[in-house]
Amino acid sequence: MNDRIVKLFAFIAVSFAVLVGFTSNWTVFDAQNLKNERVNKRPLFNAQKIERGRILAADGTVIARSVAKGSGPSLRYVRDYPEGGTYGHPIGYSFVEFGNSEFEAFHNSELIGDDNEFASIFDQIRGKDPIGNDIRTSIDPEAQQAAFDALGGQPGAVVAIEPDTGAVKALVSEPPYDPNSIPFDLGELNQDPGSPLLNRVTQGQYPPGSTFKLVTAAAALDSGAISLDDTINSPATIEVQGNPLANSDGSDYGDIDVTTALTFSVNTYFGQLGEELGTGTLEEYMTRFGFNAKPQIDLPEGQMSLSGVFDGDTLLTGEDAMDVGRLAIGQERLLATPIQMAEVAATIANGGTLMKPRIWSEVLDADGRSIKTMDPEKQSDVISEETAAQLTEAMTDVVNEGTGTAAALSGVNVAGKTGTAEVPDAERCDGLPNQAWFVGFAPADDPQIAVAATVECTSGQGGTVAAPIAAAVMQALLDE
Amino acid sequence: MSASRNRELLALVPVALLLTLGFAAVFAQNDSQLTNLSLSYGLYFLAICLATHIYIRIRLPDADPYLFPLMALLTAIGLVMLYRLDSETGNELARDQANWFVIGLILFAAVIHFLKDYSVLERYRYTIALISLGLLLAPRVPLIGSQVNGAYLGIKLGPIAFQPAELAKIGIVVFLASYLNEHRELLVVGARRILGITFPPLKHLGPLLVVWGAAMFMLIFIRDLGSSLMFFAAFLALIYVATGRLSFVIIGMGMFLAGAWVIYQTVPHVTDRVDIWLDPYQDPSGAGYQVLQSMFAMADGGLFGEGFAQAMVVIPGTEAPLLPAAQTDLIYTLITSELGLFGGCAIIALYLLIAARGFKTALIANDGFSKLLATGLTAVFAIQAFVIIGGVTRVIPLTGVTLPLVSYGGSSILANFILLALLLLISNKARREAREGI
Repeated sequence: MNDRIVKLFAFIAVSFAVLVGFTSNWTVFDAQNLKNERVNKRPLFNAQKIERGRILAADGTVIARSVAKGSGPSLRYVRDYPEGGTYGHPIGYSFVEFGNSEFEAFHNSELIGDDNEFASIFDQIRGKDPIGNDIRTSIDPEAQQAAFDALGGQPGAVVAIEPDTGAVKALVSEPPYDPNSIPFDLGELNQDPGSPLLNRVTQGQYPPGSTFKLVTAAAALDSGAISLDDTINSPATIEVQGNPLANSDGSDYGDIDVTTALTFSVNTYFGQLGEELGTGTLEEYMTRFGFNAKPQIDLPEGQMSLSGVFDGDTLLTGEDAMDVGRLAIGQERLLATPIQMAEVAATIANGGTLMKPRIWSEVLDADGRSIKTMDPEKQSDVISEETAAQLTEAMTDVVNEGTGTAAALSGVNVAGKTGTAEVPDAERCDGLPNQAWFVGFAPADDPQIAVAATVECTSGQGGTVAAPIAAAVMQALLDE
Repeated sequence: MSASRNRELLALVPVALLLTLGFAAVFAQNDSQLTNLSLSYGLYFLAICLATHIYIRIRLPDADPYLFPLMALLTAIGLVMLYRLDSETGNELARDQANWFVIGLILFAAVIHFLKDYSVLERYRYTIALISLGLLLAPRVPLIGSQVNGAYLGIKLGPIAFQPAELAKIGIVVFLASYLNEHRELLVVGARRILGITFPPLKHLGPLLVVWGAAMFMLIFIRDLGSSLMFFAAFLALIYVATGRLSFVIIGMGMFLAGAWVIYQTVPHVTDRVDIWLDPYQDPSGAGYQVLQSMFAMADGGLFGEGFAQAMVVIPGTEAPLLPAAQTDLIYTLITSELGLFGGCAIIALYLLIAARGFKTALIANDGFSKLLATGLTAVFAIQAFVIIGGVTRVIPLTGVTLPLVSYGGSSILANFILLALLLLISNKARREAREGI
């Protein structure tokens, strides 16, 4: 019997070896796949154990922080947004069950301290959960508040950029949402007809109207198609592609140059100029300004929209048939995001060079030491310095004597351009017909801040509704 | 042979030390003050073990020196894990388990006292078999039976819950050892070959068919896949050791698989268990939840584990389980998640060591009954460990048997200390005879 007992023992030993094999598989060999499994919530719960870093405004105001709940193995951190809805855009939210959005998503690895490789290996050996880094943004709380106050609850968007660095100083989308409410109201917020979760600055696509004439003028001057002194006869009405195109004030301007045409936003001038330039040249300059691509700001690609000419959801190219005369005045299925129009203003303000917009300015470790700071990065050389100076001159006239006088600030020269477009889906706006715009910068001779402000669904004009909002934000920033 | 006893005594010291350290670690994890409570737990444990050791020294001076310390070690690991769970849930499972441990040792002493000559068991084998079958059926008896997750595993008498299968496993092994010891020659001699396969003689097949029937019966009426598998595997192991006919084992396995197949097709509870084993992702938040969470928790463990008392047992911030039945079914998962692959392997190694000592006892025993009894008790112990560890690691369908001595549960502790008492009795007799040169 003894040999059989030994064989039985051997059989049991082999069976136990199978147990060791399966245990090895789950703990080591297949562990990564198991961790990636959609139904496996453990990695999410583990992420809650990490004290995610804070997000700060430029002056150190805490925009987002982590609050400890529970203790021991059930210790977890939950995100808290002390400033509520003021920074809902562009900061977004971060909750285990609902994921990350906007700035919280884009900067996730820094916020959870994932990029501190050495530190995290060391912490793992000590069995310690990594601690995230803080990020300071360039957002100015006073400008942010000023933008909200100026919008006064009207649906719309405001964004302010420092032209020479790309630093975003204010970014407001109205209606706002409070990120603290995400765990309770996400479903409701998604259904809300006012779309509070939509960041209108980067995702809102609106007809830019006459603000786009800046791009047309820039293309014409920079490509050499016209010079400052050239004039075009601009009657009250012309025919473009078989359809009449009229000036909004019904005036016959006669022979005028580009400065006058910009100052009074003369449609018949730019309609003819656009046809002279052709789609190819216009498209080239649009692309240089950042159209036809997602904004290069530090927000997730998935939460940004393109600017360009659309046929439904399809982006058209210069090869596609389009009415370039109407494109030149910001019509013809052209849609632009507020951040794109702010980039147009910032490019002109920065002497023709477009800087990549940036919300973050500094990463700090848990002890408050600076790990890295934002280096301004050029996105593209758009136009020459000379062209930029000529456009600045014309934009100053717009605010001093043209359509944008409401943007004027006392003691400071403001450069800008107004725009009033018809909203494409009027029923959404309860019959309020206009999309009002103002883009500009100040001071005109030494630009510190470039702004785009837009109000959707309004009966007002760019010059009456949007210009004062832009003025308020520029004032708030220049006062500091 | 006092050298054996001294080895036993020495082996108990690290066991008590481990328990002390474990309790201290739980204290430290909870940021509680490191009081002398953990130290006193260790001292109590050591005192109880010492008392048992002295009792063994007096009553069974020649018994195997490693079996008791190994089993005490498993109990200590179980106590530490339960204490660690208590610190999170506020339950007092560790205290209950410690009480059961004391009662288990009293029962252990009683068995040694009253069954010094365990051969009397042979005389009562049919009585024992009947009582065991009765115990197995008890959970289906109205009023006292209770159903858990579709299986009838327990009985409830007032406040006392009991899993009769734990005790029944010992009774059935005793019966089989005795029966096979008497009939094994007949089973071999009367065997005939049909179609190249050796079949046992029909008239001796009866009792064996009864065992098969009992296993099938358990599958159908008790719906206890785990116990059924455990009993039948122990039965086949004994048949093999008793007769040396692998063909009997193969026939038995075939019969079991055939029966299990039919039952799989017809009994929904068994169908579910098997389907979930084959594809747990088909119902990840329902029937597949437990085994999936077991795998996920092990994945978090890695080689060295997340650290003691670090694994998530409940969904953070709630009381919803992330490791359902962590104190019983998934205790091996909990250990692996916190102590890693190495911790899991250490547990498996402990069961293998106990199996080695048990089979060693069977090897040196002089009479057939002792050999078969030691083999059967060891096999059923090891197979039980395999069934539950295999269940949580998805080697086989997950069922509700306990991890012997580690899982929370009074019946399991009591039954396993009775099992240990019997093994030590056999060992004492065999080694005494060897020493005296019989």
